[in-house]
Amino acid sequence: MTVTDPPIATEVASAGRQARFEIALPWLALAAAGAGLPLLDDSYVGVIAQRACIYWILVAGLNLVVGFAGQIAIGWVALLTVGAYTTAVLTAGTVTSAWDPYLALAASGLGGAVFGGIVGLPALRLRNFYFAITTLGFATIVTQVALAWKSVTGGGIGTPGPVFPWPFDPGWGFYYLCFGLAALATWMTANIAASRFGRALVAIRDAEVAAEASGIARPRWLMTVFLFAGALAGIAGGLFSSLQSYITPDAFTFDLSILFFIAILIGGRGSILGPLLGTIILTVLPELAAPLVAWSTFLYAALLLVIVLAVPGGIADLLDYRNRRPMKQHRVIAPRPELLPQLLGEHRDSAALVLSDIALNFGGVRAIDGLSLAIRSGEIHGLIGPNGSGKTTALNVISGYYAPSSGQATLNGIALPFKAPHTRAGYGIARTFQTPRLIGGASVIENVMIGGTCNGEGSFVESLMGLPRHRRDEAYFKTAAMRALETIGLDQLAAVRADRLQHSELRFMEIARALMLRPTFLMLDEPAAGLSAEEIRRLGELIKAISRAGTGVLLVEHHADLIFDICDRVTVLNLGKVLAAGTPSEIRMHREVVIAYLGA
Amino acid sequence: MIESIVSYGLAVGAVYAMIGITYNVMFSASRVFSFTSGMLGMLGGVLGALFITKFGLPVVVGLVLVLACGVPIGVITEIVTVRPVLKSLEQHLYVLSTLAFALMVQQLVAIEWGTDAQPFPRLIPIGPGWLDQQFWLPMLACAATIVGLEFLYRRTLVGRAFVAIAEDNYAARALGLPEQGLRVASFALAGIIGMLAGFTGAEMLLAFFGNQSILNFYGFIPVALGGMGSNRGAVFGGLALGLFQQAANFLLGGIFAAVAVFVVFIAILLVRPEGLAGVSTTRRV
Repeated sequence: MTVTDPPIATEVASAGRQARFEIALPWLALAAAGAGLPLLDDSYVGVIAQRACIYWILVAGLNLVVGFAGQIAIGWVALLTVGAYTTAVLTAGTVTSAWDPYLALAASGLGGAVFGGIVGLPALRLRNFYFAITTLGFATIVTQVALAWKSVTGGGIGTPGPVFPWPFDPGWGFYYLCFGLAALATWMTANIAASRFGRALVAIRDAEVAAEASGIARPRWLMTVFLFAGALAGIAGGLFSSLQSYITPDAFTFDLSILFFIAILIGGRGSILGPLLGTIILTVLPELAAPLVAWSTFLYAALLLVIVLAVPGGIADLLDYRNRRPMKQHRVIAPRPELLPQLLGEHRDSAALVLSDIALNFGGVRAIDGLSLAIRSGEIHGLIGPNGSGKTTALNVISGYYAPSSGQATLNGIALPFKAPHTRAGYGIARTFQTPRLIGGASVIENVMIGGTCNGEGSFVESLMGLPRHRRDEAYFKTAAMRALETIGLDQLAAVRADRLQHSELRFMEIARALMLRPTFLMLDEPAAGLSAEEIRRLGELIKAISRAGTGVLLVEHHADLIFDICDRVTVLNLGKVLAAGTPSEIRMHREVVIAYLGA
Repeated sequence: MIESIVSYGLAVGAVYAMIGITYNVMFSASRVFSFTSGMLGMLGGVLGALFITKFGLPVVVGLVLVLACGVPIGVITEIVTVRPVLKSLEQHLYVLSTLAFALMVQQLVAIEWGTDAQPFPRLIPIGPGWLDQQFWLPMLACAATIVGLEFLYRRTLVGRAFVAIAEDNYAARALGLPEQGLRVASFALAGIIGMLAGFTGAEMLLAFFGNQSILNFYGFIPVALGGMGSNRGAVFGGLALGLFQQAANFLLGGIFAAVAVFVVFIAILLVRPEGLAGVSTTRRV
């Protein structure tokens, strides 16, 4: 039987055209308004517009850090300061010979990237408040240095900003420079957002453990985005110094940091249009309410409090009407295992994943005590045992979260490194979790696409510029993820936000995500928990088909029926030790297993 | 020079330590690090100067009033910024809610009190040198705080309930402890300690709205060094920070001292995120 492209694809394409127009509309309106602004011929409007553009260049980058990666970087004004002083000092010619302003602007971008990396460094290990306070500390330090380093920055007296020569000379010329760069920043961050990099950042934010299992190395991905966001902030700073025409440390108060942060929160996390509107609103608002200027920071702070308490989702959430429509009741998951060969590829080499003599202690508890087992491709290996017998721990050793105190795990004879869960996807080892790890803010299809992240070929820069390899990757991710969803029977829900799914659907979604990797080995941690009898039957068939397609499956489960129904081999654990191993019929007869676990 | 490094360093270190304890007292009851810690320190100085210099109240009355103000502020912090977000799935929202509240208060101070640093009255006219109040008063307050807290936590029933909540929230609730009430009480207690820190340190640091962010940052370093929740760790961390900062100030000069403190802080956090004295016990999978 030849499987043609499923009908769903064409439906998506025609619906896609209208949706794409709907999405493009606000952007076209903004672009037209921005380009036509000089027709008003009002220099006061021009200055506000320049400021909005400059702020947005910074916020666009920060949005990836805060809105996508979920890092609470509250001291981002420090990078604006660095960028502004870099441009101003280089062009002033007091310290070096006077640089060309455009060259100095580029240097600001470079400096911003360096300092963005420095600010971001703590995020590699620190979370939430800890990271927030380090960015706050950095902002405090930068201001103090700007004040104290008089020979370079001019201290409290300040230093003049540059005037950009033709064609971007002051007035509308400079406005077009700001507007052009803002448009460029928007385009680049939108490219990133719609790439595997953007999805990976959201995964790091919402489901870090699942991200690691999909091969996303948190430090490298975060650092990349910090460098990029830093560069944008540096360039924004360079433009800001020219806009201000004279800069002092007072120009970079903490209020600005709050403004940037609120712009993103008002806009909504994981959106680009939202924060852009947020930035415009927050830049224009104080101009309309001039008498309140002394109270501006107070009002920003109050706004922040209200947003956090009342609408944590921001504008983007309010506008996301599609995900508020009621969903169909009594949905049925109907997997189509016959699509598996197409998804996983026809020819698979045979492989073996072998654990030998693994032991692992948690404090005084011996969680695993001399576990040996082998999983072969095309086979389903069941791992059963009472609660606390070490099943999930064994799985976590294989997927590299824990390092055993002795023993090793090998894949085709090659030892797997421990305490490095993000390496497993590269070895073709995929897994699901006991409690589904969903990326709640992303759609179901995006959740699935995450699973294939390390199959992408394009680099961050290629995605940034929307180069062909990035587009090829995206096309591949989309088709493969759609196929995975059809295979497990969730294709109707592809566009729904994952946190709206019911429990059983999340379990199947995790399997789809794991299949995206085209794994050599698939480890399932209690996939049948919480499923109905009919769903368990379908799950069993699906797992069987996955193994027949050449994948080795390790199945941790409590449903004895399912285990004995589909497994080729079964290992029974008790108190961390192997109690028995063999074929299902041998295990079913095993006296000790019956006493310890199965019951008569 | 050594003498001034040590006296000034220990004094300012004691203030940082007390802010660190303020963080800890709130953290123990709620698992929330609150940006209101530095705010309390700032308010202690500003309100002290307001009551004693502007209103001309006696020193003792001023002190009592300042400390009393810490109670409602702590309670409001809990009700407005912590309680609503504790329920939310996204626990990190507390970072933003406490920051927002602290900024609102700071801006009120900036508008009503002014943005210039104003002198804090000299309360006990003895000195100079070591006997100067600005040096020994913060140290005395810090010692009193830690002794008082140890007594509270070890010898009183309420204190033991605090410890139980901090140790295991669920188990404590299962035993019938009023978790919410204890949390509010902790925030009130933190309010008093933060105010005391600000009040006693204000002759050095002046009554200045900008102290808020400085105290937030430098007050958190002792917590990071000593391990979160550990008050004794915070005292050692605070004193060490104060000495290091002053030594760097004298030896390297202002710019580099600030940079040096920051670099050392980040380096320590990167190497040991759980603090020099803390233990890491996190299970993620």
